[in-house]
Amino acid sequence: MFADILVTGLINSGVYALLAVGFSLVFGVARIVNIAHTAFYMLAAYCFYSLLVKAGLGVVWSGLIAVAAVTMLSLACYKLIIEPVRDHPSAVLIATIALALIFQELMQVAFGGSYLGIPSTIDGVMSVAGVNVPYQRLLILVVAAVMLAFTWWVLYRTRLGLAIRSTANDVEVAELMGMNAHRVAMATLALSVGLSAVAGVVVAPVFVVDPRMWLAPLVTMLAIVVLGGLGSLRGSLIGAFILGYVEAITVFAVPSGAYLKGAVALVIMVVVLLARPEGLFGVAFEEER
Amino acid sequence: MYLLRRAWANLKNEVLVLPSRTLVLAWVLAMLVLPLVWPDAYLMRVATMTCLFAILAASWDLLAGYTGQVNFGHALYFGAGAYGSALLAHHLGWPAWISIPVGAIVAAIMGLATGALCLRLKGSYLSLATLAFPLIALGLLFAFPGFSGGELGISGLRRLAVSPEANYAIAAGAMLIIVFGLWLLADSNFGLVLHAIRDDEVAVRASGINTTRYKLAVFTLSALCAGLSGALYVHFLRVAGPSVLEVGLSFQVVIWGIFGGVATIYGPVVAVFLLYPLTEWFGSVDAIAPYRLLIFAVIVLLVLLFMPRGLTPWVRDKIETECPRCKQRNGIWRNQCRLCSAGLSATARELKARAA
Repeated sequence: MFADILVTGLINSGVYALLAVGFSLVFGVARIVNIAHTAFYMLAAYCFYSLLVKAGLGVVWSGLIAVAAVTMLSLACYKLIIEPVRDHPSAVLIATIALALIFQELMQVAFGGSYLGIPSTIDGVMSVAGVNVPYQRLLILVVAAVMLAFTWWVLYRTRLGLAIRSTANDVEVAELMGMNAHRVAMATLALSVGLSAVAGVVVAPVFVVDPRMWLAPLVTMLAIVVLGGLGSLRGSLIGAFILGYVEAITVFAVPSGAYLKGAVALVIMVVVLLARPEGLFGVAFEEER
Repeated sequence: MYLLRRAWANLKNEVLVLPSRTLVLAWVLAMLVLPLVWPDAYLMRVATMTCLFAILAASWDLLAGYTGQVNFGHALYFGAGAYGSALLAHHLGWPAWISIPVGAIVAAIMGLATGALCLRLKGSYLSLATLAFPLIALGLLFAFPGFSGGELGISGLRRLAVSPEANYAIAAGAMLIIVFGLWLLADSNFGLVLHAIRDDEVAVRASGINTTRYKLAVFTLSALCAGLSGALYVHFLRVAGPSVLEVGLSFQVVIWGIFGGVATIYGPVVAVFLLYPLTEWFGSVDAIAPYRLLIFAVIVLLVLLFMPRGLTPWVRDKIETECPRCKQRNGIWRNQCRLCSAGLSATARELKARAA
């Protein structure tokens, strides 16, 4: 059981880290609480499903096309819907909720509300410390690690990353230094939705695909981001590991834990917030007056 | 006779001069005479639910709009009222007229507890932390199905009244009392402090006001109203299911609140009265029933693109102007302010600007 917890927790954490880091990036740069973030994850899973099963494309091509298409869609949504109301934070908030609902309902209409299974894309099982881990689940971990490393490279080794980090620090000064805050926001959004789309594609063969699959990860992702400190990447990463393992432990070690896993994760978030209201790694901002 | 004449004068000079106030009066009258002119069972049902959700939305606005504690988990209070009263009625066999107020009090205690937990949190942290509370409650409900009924919930509750009209009367009465109560409260000194807390909490504290006490009070009060609507809701539907605690309901409340316009009390109520019957009607027409939520979301999105501050502030700006001198509101057709007779029309203002 111990090894079970170790392996499942690692895989959970990988998926959550992909989602939470992206969300945290957009919040840090553009101050958008993007409720539709996991809806893009759901869309990517559906896109992957239709390309792979319906259109019969190869695994790699379907994955790449799904991620690219969803990222383009998110940019279009930003341009058409979010940008006109950027000055009103509450309007942005419900615009993203409405977007998520629209995506959910569109998928419901197009594919029906039933659960869709995707045949596993690579077969085979590897034995790690006495636990049989299918390659499919291992793939999630590898992809998550690669994508997180890529994100780190973009943020800390490229000019774009410099622009993103400085905009997150202080929009006005970044604009004075000649960065186009809107373009930076769009690039960040593309990066963030790209990460969540990748997560959607890799988990699709393991989990079932259905129009409401965005709700459960949304809540956990928000908990992770708050736990780690809003806008802090390191915090999101560590938060993802904490909550990923907490969920694994509750599922395996607590009776009727499958029902309680969300609740336990959220209780931990609340406890952390009580001790440190700005999250583990959040910066306690000066009161904005 | 004197009182009658005074009432008429008040009506003419204070209510009928402003289109927004006239609309409110017309709406209240319509609410009161609805069961007399159109006693259709289905319509009564939709109207009853609309009233109950209007209480919920208005209570959210007091907390989120006025005090700035943007709560993403308002379903917790609704659900606490719902499950509190349902469990009492089911396990202890309490009659509805006791279990409903007690359910509301359970919700108020929840409000006090969550408010105390949230005192140190601000802004987005508060919103996202409050989102967690109803889900924690939901997890607990699912973990103890023997006590809470699990997925199926608690069914077989008694209604407060038998006929649809009587149920409607209870819901509408509660709604009118609570909404006007909250409105008065928001306009009172108490509401002024809440406004100030939203705008600048440090300054309020520096003025010698105990903001902690105010925040706890508003959490409790808002939870009490939401819990009352939840308790009435389950006793009307006669079943308390897990749907009353779902994220969907919390988001729905936020949508109503922001769609109608925050920090107005009447805004969210208007939003509920427009959106809820509309979605019900979509659901009843077979051809568009599958697209119900889709159409709902698209409408919300489109309205927001054109009125980012919400529906009611936009409408109010279209039908009324504010006097530049005394800040009194006037109907759009007036050229002079009704109190200080300052010029209101665009040309008058321009002339004045040129003279100055």
